[in-house]
Amino acid sequence: MIHIENLTKFYGDSRAVDEITFDIKKGEILGLLGPNGAGKTTTMRMLTCYLQPTSGNITVKDLDIYEHSLEIKNLMGYLPESAPLYPDMLVYDYLKFVADVRQIGTAEVDSRLKKLADMCGINEVMHRPVNELSKGYKQRVGLAHAMINDPEILILDEPTSGLDPNQIVEIRDIIRKIGREKTVILSTHILSEAEATCDRIVIINKGKIVADGSTDELKREAGSDYIIKVSIMHGNFDEVKDSFKSVPEVKDVILTHSETDLVEFHIACSSHKDVRSDIYQVIKNNNWPLLEFHRETRTLENIFRELTREG
Amino acid sequence: MAGAINIFRREFKSYFISPIAYIVISIFLILAGWFFFSTFFLFGQAEMRNFFSLLPIIFSFVVPAITMRLFSEEFNTGSFELIYTLPVSSMDIIIGKFMGAVAFVIVMLLPTVIYGICISFIGDLDWGPVIGGYIGAVLLGAAFTAVGLFASSLTRNQIVAFITGMSLCFILTLLDKMLFFLPESALNFFQFLGADYHFQNISKGILDSRDIIYFISVCFVMLYSTNIVIQEKK
Repeated sequence: MIHIENLTKFYGDSRAVDEITFDIKKGEILGLLGPNGAGKTTTMRMLTCYLQPTSGNITVKDLDIYEHSLEIKNLMGYLPESAPLYPDMLVYDYLKFVADVRQIGTAEVDSRLKKLADMCGINEVMHRPVNELSKGYKQRVGLAHAMINDPEILILDEPTSGLDPNQIVEIRDIIRKIGREKTVILSTHILSEAEATCDRIVIINKGKIVADGSTDELKREAGSDYIIKVSIMHGNFDEVKDSFKSVPEVKDVILTHSETDLVEFHIACSSHKDVRSDIYQVIKNNNWPLLEFHRETRTLENIFRELTREG
Repeated sequence: MAGAINIFRREFKSYFISPIAYIVISIFLILAGWFFFSTFFLFGQAEMRNFFSLLPIIFSFVVPAITMRLFSEEFNTGSFELIYTLPVSSMDIIIGKFMGAVAFVIVMLLPTVIYGICISFIGDLDWGPVIGGYIGAVLLGAAFTAVGLFASSLTRNQIVAFITGMSLCFILTLLDKMLFFLPESALNFFQFLGADYHFQNISKGILDSRDIIYFISVCFVMLYSTNIVIQEKK
């Protein structure tokens, strides 16, 4: 459906997006994940033909963005971050205007607007000016704006930013509903959101793709399946570390916090086998006073932090 | 082209949603009316020449006030991203906005037709120069609108857009009057670039193709430059 190849964008001297290559299949809900300033928005802006890539290419259904930008724009619905709608227009007038520009026939417009208003829950604000709307309603109007021509591809830049928890759940439901028939690309820096809504996740950091796959694949790819958080009373971390290395399933021991006579660390384990008893045995043999011992399955959050850590 | 028409409609309507439109129209009518009628009865002549001779100067700051928001506001609020990702080309957007502003300038000029009607009651008004004057005023308004639109595309700050647009319009208006120290051959050249010179020709009631082409080419050059600026932003 969408093919992105060696996509690069410079803003002056700084490289916002760096040689990104990936494909998006039809009917996929793809989450672009990354810390702030990673290049998510820039990538989306190039996909929607708002920005021109410095180099590289994007094709949508075999249409090239340089030559067929109008056709591509016709296939897409786009909700920019924070939904910058015309502030002085009424919601109905605004959506009507977008429908006219998208050349939706007058016969269809009203039924289409009605359907979208029900779907996005904006019936009660239809005749209010945009600048009087709360953030949540603005976001929903933006979503209606993006879906007005029933596009094949929906691109949503941080669709849930600034919403309250109930609204977030509602918007996610809408996205999932749309995602059954359409291709959806959404960006977010909220991990649970990507986990809850997306079929596939692409993690971007500093303009580069650092991971690509479904949540399960990402967890598997990152190696170990769970970590054990331990804190014990002991002064020398290196000594502790070495003694745990003797357990075969232990992949790595990472220090998270240390004080005089206290170390806290994560033990990353690379197997499905539960090694908690082995680890406890090590602690017992050394007679270290144990303060905390806790197993944690690796969440997307750990993976994300590992992949996008500074330095 | 359908895109341009839809954008034109939205732009034109949006002028009347905010109070700016009414404020600008009021200021224009007060200034034009006051300057015109303060000397009208002293001369005691049934003509509107004075009104039209004032127009370039008044337009120089009124028209940029109308056009300053066209692009700057959209860049500032980010709504340009929404409109530009709709299936319209940048030229559609530019032409739509341009037409919207020109239509507004025409609406602003309409009430001044009453001056002509009033004068025709109290004296024998020659309608030829008046009609010529209005044609010239629309052309002048369109040229200044294009200039203002260009200024607006340069910045996201409306005040900067206004001052830039106003400066450019003033230069066009006063160009041939500021350069009296130049030799006559050069003066003729600069005179041809000045908007006021062409406008005064038309408002005498002489519709010369050279004057009309001048205004159309100013529009064209400015709209084209705007397109380049918009493309560059990508």
